[in-house]
Amino acid sequence: MDQIQKTLLEEIADLHGVPAGAYNIRANGQMAGRQSTANIEIVTKEDQSGIDIRIKPGTKHESVHIPVILSQSGLTEVVYNDFYVGDDCDVMIVAGCGIHNSGDQASEHDGIHRFFIGKNSRIRYVEKHYGEGDGRGERIFNPVTEVTMDEGSYVEMEMVQIKGVDSTVRKTTATLAANARIIVKERLLTHGKQMADSTIEVNLNGEDASANIISRSVAKEESSQKFVSIIHGNSRCAGHSECDSIIMGNAKIQAIPQLTANDPDAALIHEAAIGKIAGEQIIKLMTLGLTEEEAEAQIVNGFLR
Amino acid sequence: MLELKSISFEVEENRGQKEIIHQLDLTIKEGEFVVVTGPNGGGKSTLAKLIAGIEKPSSGSICFDGRDITASSITERANMGISFAFQQPVRFKGIHVLDLIRLAAKKNLSAADACQYLSEVGLCAKDYINREVNGSLSGGELKRIEIATVLARASRLSVFDEPEAGIDLWSFQNLIHVFERMRETTKGSIMIISHQERILNIADRIVVIADGSITKSGTREEILPEILGTASAVEVCDYYRRER
Repeated sequence: MDQIQKTLLEEIADLHGVPAGAYNIRANGQMAGRQSTANIEIVTKEDQSGIDIRIKPGTKHESVHIPVILSQSGLTEVVYNDFYVGDDCDVMIVAGCGIHNSGDQASEHDGIHRFFIGKNSRIRYVEKHYGEGDGRGERIFNPVTEVTMDEGSYVEMEMVQIKGVDSTVRKTTATLAANARIIVKERLLTHGKQMADSTIEVNLNGEDASANIISRSVAKEESSQKFVSIIHGNSRCAGHSECDSIIMGNAKIQAIPQLTANDPDAALIHEAAIGKIAGEQIIKLMTLGLTEEEAEAQIVNGFLR
Repeated sequence: MLELKSISFEVEENRGQKEIIHQLDLTIKEGEFVVVTGPNGGGKSTLAKLIAGIEKPSSGSICFDGRDITASSITERANMGISFAFQQPVRFKGIHVLDLIRLAAKKNLSAADACQYLSEVGLCAKDYINREVNGSLSGGELKRIEIATVLARASRLSVFDEPEAGIDLWSFQNLIHVFERMRETTKGSIMIISHQERILNIADRIVVIADGSITKSGTREEILPEILGTASAVEVCDYYRRER
């Protein structure tokens, strides 16, 4: 693995080398390293590109890292990764993809992730997308994430795209059985002429299922963003979504909340706010000795933390 | 150390120009503790903002440590040693109390060192240091954090705009101690805008501002007897009765 690939790995997964526990590293469309453990098995799919990750019932306090890095300009790939999580697990999954494009052709990674979460399992999923490189070729991500949650399961997803991604269309869907709970935290920053489109759709099917969708985004310069959150309350359930955006420069942001209650006991809430950085926030930080630019950077960094 | 010479400040209104501050002269000496009082709408907060650089005067000049800072920005004045505690503290989503104190102190303080400033304003530091400075904090908590950021800067001049505004009686009773302690320990100059008798009671000098001009200025002994019982100097309980 060369220095560029190592840097990408560090950006997307905070990894300085081979991670502990189970992992699969994909570099430029090839497997660059894999390790299964006694409880977590990773196998290559036979019918299409991608891997199956099988986590045995009762697996606790283990982690799986499946980073993807692309440093070859012009590479376009679609990868299917399926996670089968048994009952009563407690596992952390770290995904993410970094593209270094120093050529003129577009590089694109479309990860299709499907999760099947067993009863009473807890999953923490972290996904970072990052782009760099001085070429004119675009860096494109179009991830699809589908989560199917069995009774009493809990999933926390943290999806971050802060830097260097030219174009992204994200689709995330979750279907929850009784007493399942999902928390989705998405953070996006776009600048230049970048475009980001994210749709998160949750089906609260089981009794007392609940969802909390939190999106924070910053759109700078000429960039544009669209955020759609859809919650279907199909039983006695609780759904909450909030979309909070800072708009700067000539950026454009669209937020589209959609709530559907198909049950009289569905309690659904949506909050959305788009606005500039409040002038008084900048003034306060300037009275602490920061310049206007430094103040703005602090406010944006804090907001996207 | 701070000298305002013939400062005027006008704003555009529907019916033309309105003068908020009229040819005001004010000097604050090294190490002096000055309390500015007077009726609401008299121009006190504007004066504080003019000193911090948030507003620029229509005419007149401001000197700080012998330097003309009339045209200096907020940032430049802050870096020269002027601090300003807002009447209504600003909220920040995602920025933690520790971040704000570190920014104020201009160094990467350890959490333990940052906690000292919170303890000084009567907050149990470990409960607050990692809290976000957002709507989950009460008005009184925000006010204390605001004051802690000013303490962390250890400035040559600290300006506080109505520290009693917007907080409950119990919180304010406690906050008075903070200023009393600051009076004893701080080396810099302090200017507080306040109507509180107990704050006026620890002033070296009291300045009364009404209709954009200084109507009275002198030592506590000279001024306090004249204004006691008026809206410029109220007891804590009386203040809250009036508020209601």
